[in-house]
Amino acid sequence: MTPDIVIVGGGLVGCSAALHLARAGRRPLLLEVGRIGAAASGVNFGGVRVQGRALFELPLALRSRAIWDNLVDIVGTDCEYRRSGHLRLAKTPADLDAVAAYAEKVRPAGLDLEVIDGAEIRRRHPAFNATLAGATWSAGDGQANPRLAGPAFARAARAAGAEIRDNAKVVAIEPVAAGFAVATADGQRVTVPQVINSAGAWAPDLAASLGDAAPGRAIYPNMVVTEPLPPLISCSLGTYGNGVYLRQVERGNVVFGMGRGRLAAPDRAVPSAETSLAAMAEAAWLLPRLAHAHVIRTWTGIEGELADGQPVIGPSPRHQGLFHAFGLSGHGFQLAPAIGAVLAELATAGSSPTPLDGFSITRFTAG
Amino acid sequence: MTGQFVRLAETERPEIGFTLDGMKLTALAGDTVLTAVLMQRRAVRRSEFGDGPRAGFCLMGACQDCWIGDVDGRRFRACSTLVTDGMALVTLP
Amino acid sequence: MTAVIIVGAGPAGMAAALTLVEAGLRPIVVDEAQRAGGQIFRRPPPGFTRPPAALYGADAAAATRLHLAFDALGDRIDYRPQTLVWAVEPDAVHLQGPQGRVRLDRGPLLLATGATDRLLPVDGWTKPGVFSLGGSQVALKAQGVAIGRRVAFCGTGPLLYLVAYQYAKAGAEVAAVLDTSAFGDGIRALPLLAADPAKLARGIYYLGWLRAHGVPVHHGVRPLTVHGESVTGLTWRDAGRRLNETRCDALALGFGLRSETQLADLAGVPFRFDPIRRQYLPDIDQDGRAPAGAVYLAGDGAAVRGAAAAETAGRLAALALAADLGRPVDTAARDALRGRMARFERFARGLDAAFPFPVDLLDTATDDTLLCRCEAVTVGTMRHAVGELGAEDVNRAKAFVRPGMGRCQGRMCGLATSELHARLRGLPPDQAGRLRGQAPVKPVPLA
Repeated sequence: MTPDIVIVGGGLVGCSAALHLARAGRRPLLLEVGRIGAAASGVNFGGVRVQGRALFELPLALRSRAIWDNLVDIVGTDCEYRRSGHLRLAKTPADLDAVAAYAEKVRPAGLDLEVIDGAEIRRRHPAFNATLAGATWSAGDGQANPRLAGPAFARAARAAGAEIRDNAKVVAIEPVAAGFAVATADGQRVTVPQVINSAGAWAPDLAASLGDAAPGRAIYPNMVVTEPLPPLISCSLGTYGNGVYLRQVERGNVVFGMGRGRLAAPDRAVPSAETSLAAMAEAAWLLPRLAHAHVIRTWTGIEGELADGQPVIGPSPRHQGLFHAFGLSGHGFQLAPAIGAVLAELATAGSSPTPLDGFSITRFTAG
Repeated sequence: MTGQFVRLAETERPEIGFTLDGMKLTALAGDTVLTAVLMQRRAVRRSEFGDGPRAGFCLMGACQDCWIGDVDGRRFRACSTLVTDGMALVTLP
Repeated sequence: MTAVIIVGAGPAGMAAALTLVEAGLRPIVVDEAQRAGGQIFRRPPPGFTRPPAALYGADAAAATRLHLAFDALGDRIDYRPQTLVWAVEPDAVHLQGPQGRVRLDRGPLLLATGATDRLLPVDGWTKPGVFSLGGSQVALKAQGVAIGRRVAFCGTGPLLYLVAYQYAKAGAEVAAVLDTSAFGDGIRALPLLAADPAKLARGIYYLGWLRAHGVPVHHGVRPLTVHGESVTGLTWRDAGRRLNETRCDALALGFGLRSETQLADLAGVPFRFDPIRRQYLPDIDQDGRAPAGAVYLAGDGAAVRGAAAAETAGRLAALALAADLGRPVDTAARDALRGRMARFERFARGLDAAFPFPVDLLDTATDDTLLCRCEAVTVGTMRHAVGELGAEDVNRAKAFVRPGMGRCQGRMCGLATSELHARLRGLPPDQAGRLRGQAPVKPVPLA
């Protein structure tokens, strides 16, 4: 079968795009340099959260929420997704004012958040640090197992007719009359009318090679997990500012993150012990009962972040048939399923019903 | 209650007292927590995932299958911690 | 200059410390145990009275010599017992011990992390009363206890006979010795085993002693199921495929030893597959030197060869380290040590031939058999991960269904998981890859 569109990058975005394209009758070929869903998509926190996002992200995030809520119907497995709710904690009264103001701001966009004061936090969550000023509660948010999501979308995409190749490194994309000639490291070459660049931390270089600039860098979110513990907290949570984010999976392990790991070798990031210790202290502050629990593992991975901390999603201003979706900047796991759906619409219909204002790559070059 | 372990040697050590889930028990000075518990019982914990009791396995701090707690909420590996007089142990979780 | 850090105080670590002090250095020696000795020369807690001959048998002289020499080092080393190295980073080594958490600047690193039992899952092997073979020996040596009243020994390797012999001598009832290796395996390995005639003779002696004292010894055994909520017995097939049951209240299980390599992994040492030991091992030169990063490995943590080889390797690696620091090294002594290592390696290969890892057990294991003890992952779940989910290697299987993801980080199940993965795909075991080490290499408390 001759592909009619190449997707570079088999993270959750690329796999979702492959699934939606295949179901729309297209013939996608997905090329992944390593293993499917094993980079940023597979090593992130697993938060599936709408609250806290920029206003212009909300239509896309709410569309993604609908996919997460129907994951079993869409990909045949739940990827351990639970609509557990999400708390955004405020440590100080000023932080509480900020999260409460955010709740007001996003209500017209369809995101319902409940503002909770410190007394209510203590009533609902007696295990939390008693000095918290409050929180906003998002009942429709949740959490999922990131290690399962990318591969599940890839399996569904394959079943729908997509061709998915891992260990396939794209070495060059050359604009030609018929579209793009895509060359892989094993010497193969395929020409297709359309290309999707969803290559994660490696995407900005690919975009730049085609003249589309988006200033980015790699980040290495530092993750920590405890041994399995009795139920302590059923929802996912984050802290206003850059504090700890934490959830307890159904098996009992408490997963949390804060700060960054580091690069040990080209394309290989490792957690930082110092960062892990700081995150452990913060988690123990937040949930004093965790103090005696044991950490059994830390990890990180490579994610792409853009200069303004927001993704690029949309067509290339320079090449007809080229679409970018990258720079998810550490908050892309929730968005990724809908980004794939939107990319499929852009590639087949030329537009998407989901507003993408704010995601255009031209924001880095215009003006 | 019959324990899992059987003493074959080194039985002349002084006796010490500890509690396990509130029950008063005795051990010998120099016993590991695992020895102290398995002299009285056949298990130290239950698997978190519902597959039954566990009693440690490797006795050298590698398998992590003998974690036990105390009344202060601390957790330690029974095989690599010596029991001390007055220790108040609780099985996890 | 940043201090040399030795991790582990078994025969390799102790010998390395002695050698480095002789070379004029003052290494930091970090060890998890309360007293130096490692597992093989492990010393009981204070107040125990059995003499070395009772604890270490034929190795008593070597054990005592190393213990005394190491203890005599005093403050010529910076000794940190009861301390775990939980992370190694490019510029730092992180400790957890009586002083809490300590960060050391990373100087030259000599890893002597030893070995643990090499295991395969047997239906019911997580039940109370089943202990690793090495653990069963530790119970007797370090605590003076037997793991049960009536103990069966199942698995393979020289330790199987030694521990059964030690149990019987100490007064325990040995229900049976059930060796998965065929008698012919041992015969065929004799030319290699002749590299250490004394050791070979001891092995034959233990077997003869057990037989003479009425202990049933069977070869070519395939264990099937451990019975009881706590152990009440083991069913197994004999070499003729006949079904047998051994009644017992404890089972010692072990199929040889495997190297502890997590810290080498964190230190950035490259690995290569050792087809004899069926394990990815640190890729080091003949003296134990890693290609980069000032990392040296010695003892069973580099490759399993036993205590005497570990002591030799500890000296050799320490000499390499000292030479790399510009210290004068007695090259004649070094060459003699290299010669000894070659003989140890020959004997180790003989043991591997005499006591092969019976990985075919994985083919017949029931779906319900637990593979990963920590995460309670069954063999059936692993088959699903490879078959239906398409897990391409062990790390993918871990990502999908969690074998090796628990507290022990695959120490107990990692090799079996790799072997199972490879067999399900019809590939040699190196094709399954290896589980990556991750900090903390053992659990550390949050606060």
